[in-house]
Amino acid sequence: MIDLSVDVGGLRLSNPVMPASGTFADGLANTIDFNRLGAFVTKTITHEKRTGNPVPRVAEVHSGMLNAIGIPSKGSDYFIRESIPFYRKFSPPLVVSISAPSNDGFARLAAELSQVEGVAAIEANISCPNIEEDGKAFAMHARSTAAVVKALRASTSLPLWVKLTPNTGEIANVARAAQEEGADAIVAANTILGMAIDIDTRRPKLGNVMGGMSGPAIKPIVVRMVYQCHRAVSIPIIGCGGIATAEDAIEYMLAGAKAVQVGTATFIHPTAMIDVIDGLVQYCRRKDLPGLQGLVGAVEDTGFVPFEAMA
Amino acid sequence: MVISNAWVNRDYKHLVLDAGLPAAGAKAGQFFHLLCPATEQDSPFFRRPMSTYRADPATGRVEFLYKVTGAGTRGLATLEAGDKLPMLGPLGVGFTLPAGARHIVVLGRGVGLATLAPLAEMAAQARVGVTAILSARDAANLMSQDRFTAIGATIVEVTDEAGTSSVENVERLLRELHAAGRADAFYTCGSSRLTLLMQRLGAELSVPGEVAMEQQMACGIGMCYCCVRAFREGDRLVSKRVCWDGPVFPLAEVA
Repeated sequence: MIDLSVDVGGLRLSNPVMPASGTFADGLANTIDFNRLGAFVTKTITHEKRTGNPVPRVAEVHSGMLNAIGIPSKGSDYFIRESIPFYRKFSPPLVVSISAPSNDGFARLAAELSQVEGVAAIEANISCPNIEEDGKAFAMHARSTAAVVKALRASTSLPLWVKLTPNTGEIANVARAAQEEGADAIVAANTILGMAIDIDTRRPKLGNVMGGMSGPAIKPIVVRMVYQCHRAVSIPIIGCGGIATAEDAIEYMLAGAKAVQVGTATFIHPTAMIDVIDGLVQYCRRKDLPGLQGLVGAVEDTGFVPFEAMA
Repeated sequence: MVISNAWVNRDYKHLVLDAGLPAAGAKAGQFFHLLCPATEQDSPFFRRPMSTYRADPATGRVEFLYKVTGAGTRGLATLEAGDKLPMLGPLGVGFTLPAGARHIVVLGRGVGLATLAPLAEMAAQARVGVTAILSARDAANLMSQDRFTAIGATIVEVTDEAGTSSVENVERLLRELHAAGRADAFYTCGSSRLTLLMQRLGAELSVPGEVAMEQQMACGIGMCYCCVRAFREGDRLVSKRVCWDGPVFPLAEVA
């Protein structure tokens, strides 16, 4: 009997596979069995209503997509009233992704959601601009990460997951700062800032000019970041970036992820998350493993012998 | 499973698939999300939305009519009989006929004609008369006449080549049809100029109508919020997802 269950940042999940925020909605219930997912992760919500960015909001790039959707949100009141009751009908725990423009805004929204039955954990999307830091993303720097996680931790006793950005030169320091201020898990990572230009019109392909790159093309970059974070922190890491198959998920686990989020792949193959779960079972059978725990951080990165100096 | 994929003129191909039920139960105006094959030249990453040209539950066949323009449709154009094409659908909200309608007008331009052909058949089954105004750049790009003829529709062809496709001329045609009592509802697809014309006339003449909208999509099932457009609801502008709330919308909502 293969047991895929895993403890991640204060939650016990039946398996380590869940959607990445922004790539999942109730409409997918027509296509896959929601009860098979390890958890639900919602599209990021904000306290206030937001319309999002101008179109075009996405562009196709080699083995990936560039998006600037811009966190459209119907507001937390609507979400609590309309969306949470829908997710309560299913067994996986509900992780609510939140965003706010300031430390205080994050804290208030987390506190609001902590009062609502059916919210199992908070995923703080600190990859968004911070008005107190001149628009830089909170997770670009350890100092701003520490400040927002501290405010969040003080505002909620729910499990707190912190979603980092790959748009930083100090991912390990940022992860460490999140852990030190009380995060229960980190999610690595969000999309990588990119840009694409139409050479006929000379215009950017996105209405917002720049956007976030996701999909298979970014996987090696984020696997590297998960590996760096794993060496820096002891809290669980949830890997996210270009995962489309069980093999991708296992690669992330070997780098140090305890669970994974599947995002863009669901747009192309709506059954991608279920296929990953089935593929993990098959991998365990093939390798004669009882479960996945032994894989986390098990990359064998020692023993390479450097070349001798030229004779 | 591809049954055939043949050129119908210089730019357009007609793809016939054995899709089985429930795919073949697609309603007029609904679409499928197609995983277009890669070619030596192209590697399309997203699926491509394509409205249904014909769906027949009796045979399990689903058909598409498409213009070969980009990475996705160039891939589709390479399909041959016996090939497999992964597709998701039917998706979205289709056309509706208003209660009591006796005669409708469909106005399509270019590939928009393909979307309107199943609507004309739905109307014919409901014993509703159809006038089809077919618009294109030139006569070679007019398509689907046989589909409209088969259901007994009155066909009016207008082209840029003949100088008959202007908004002014189409407006004159629509006003004549309305005056003759042959326009209980308006339907359109394929041109924003013609959509705005039908919306304006519909409001003036109190004729209800619907439009099948096009928008770039990533997921096709309401998750990514990429395909939003602004729509009018009363005196408010609201954003709606073309894939999930449409692709067919009331003409009055077009902003």
